[in-house]
Amino acid sequence: MIELASITKTYRSRQGDPIHAIEDVSLAIKEKEFVSLVGPSGCGKSTLLKLVAGLVTPTRGVVRIRGTEVREPFPDVGIVFQSAVLLPWRTVLDNVLFSIEMLGLRADSYRDRALSLIELAGLAGFERKYPWELSGGMQQRVAICRALVHDPSLLLMDEPFGALDAMTREEMGFELLRLWDERRKTILFVTHSIPEAILLADRVVVMTPRPGRLALVLDVQLPRPRTVEMEFDPRFKDHSDEIRRLIFARRQEPAPARRA
Amino acid sequence: MLLGTLVVWEITWRIFKIPLFVVPLPSGILAETWAWRGYLLTHSWVTLYETLAGFALSIAVGTPLAVMLVYSPVLRGALYPLLVVTQAIPKVAIAPVLLLLLGAGEVSKVVIAFLVAFFPVVVNTATGLAATPPELLDLSRSYRASRLKTFIKVRFPMALPFFFSGLKVAVTLSVIGAVVGEFVGSDKGLGYVIVSATSYWKSNLAFAAMLLLSVMAVGLFALVELVERVVCPWYALAREQGEVVEELSVKDLEKVRAAAG
Repeated sequence: MIELASITKTYRSRQGDPIHAIEDVSLAIKEKEFVSLVGPSGCGKSTLLKLVAGLVTPTRGVVRIRGTEVREPFPDVGIVFQSAVLLPWRTVLDNVLFSIEMLGLRADSYRDRALSLIELAGLAGFERKYPWELSGGMQQRVAICRALVHDPSLLLMDEPFGALDAMTREEMGFELLRLWDERRKTILFVTHSIPEAILLADRVVVMTPRPGRLALVLDVQLPRPRTVEMEFDPRFKDHSDEIRRLIFARRQEPAPARRA
Repeated sequence: MLLGTLVVWEITWRIFKIPLFVVPLPSGILAETWAWRGYLLTHSWVTLYETLAGFALSIAVGTPLAVMLVYSPVLRGALYPLLVVTQAIPKVAIAPVLLLLLGAGEVSKVVIAFLVAFFPVVVNTATGLAATPPELLDLSRSYRASRLKTFIKVRFPMALPFFFSGLKVAVTLSVIGAVVGEFVGSDKGLGYVIVSATSYWKSNLAFAAMLLLSVMAVGLFALVELVERVVCPWYALAREQGEVVEELSVKDLEKVRAAAG
């Protein structure tokens, strides 16, 4: 569904020197596939997400969605950020309907869908509450509903559980898989956490920084539905080790041998 | 605390026997306020009118200016330095010149009030408009929403708390601006009353006028806060949610436990 062909993205910093956010990345993502993108800071994960969304254009190379080149923002997408950024003057329901309004569609026709999504996300009864009345995890659930209400074919998530505590984070991961089970979409999930990347996805894309490059694309060998116990599965460990080795390889480059 | 200050004031006078024409007593001021109430009311209206007109003008001019500054980097580069320069010049210094240009009537006072008030409106509103979380702007862009729609539904409401901060500062400055104008040359308004009363050593009356000015400034400020609470309640409510109302002492806890049985 998504095709990234030799993408390079370079920014110009204030001082004028170029920042190579991404260099020569090629990737193909299938319909309804859950792909996680993992790598250390500065490896270009967020930039890649913005390229797919059409929010930025590549310096070189082409982004294609279903065969069509993406040069403008692609509206059939839902985006979830690290912070929920809900509108504080709107209720939960109105926040979910924000997508509909901004797309220029009629909110009334989507009200039922919004309500069922809110219920699906475990927030039944909170439709009329305001963001400040909700916990961080709940706000992020609203953000996910907002990203799903217009039934996009693509969901882009930029470290959506990064700001949550470890327990909520784990819970939210499984919530996401449950939601995905109900309505299958293509998901591109960016994370810092290697276990999270493996546990949730069909495939894991590993990137290394400076410049952002694709180091590895890994097929996750674990069956669905995923469970917490799978973290102890030997295949999980293998994947985890492989990814870790790749990411930390740079840091542990052996120092040149000292002459005696 | 206010009452305490007033009591100390009265006592200090009695001990040191400060002449009444230098610093009058609170009791004296209040008596004078009542005695001259008609006169003071007439002049209060004038100052109030000048203040409100200047304030309204600062909003009418300042807000569109703020919008332009945020949306046009070109205008920002051109106008911002100009704005800073106009603010750096003390209005007290410009006031006499303005009175020469515009006469000693109310217009000159309105202009001075406007000049002091519009900078906080511009700066605070612009800051508010620029403070929209970039994620929301990205989201709006991904939905291909027009810039106008993004402004109305996202940027503008987000900026309202900042806008009101600016208004609160501006309204108090408007009062000052109007009074400064009256000091420089006027035959109406509370500023005029202060100048004329002090020149006749009628300190009670001068203080009475000052009292009314304070009431006016505080009252206008409270009014803006009230409007803020109505228009953008989420800001205050979000703040309040996070507050601990009262610490429970062990005694209170025991009471609660006893009541639960």
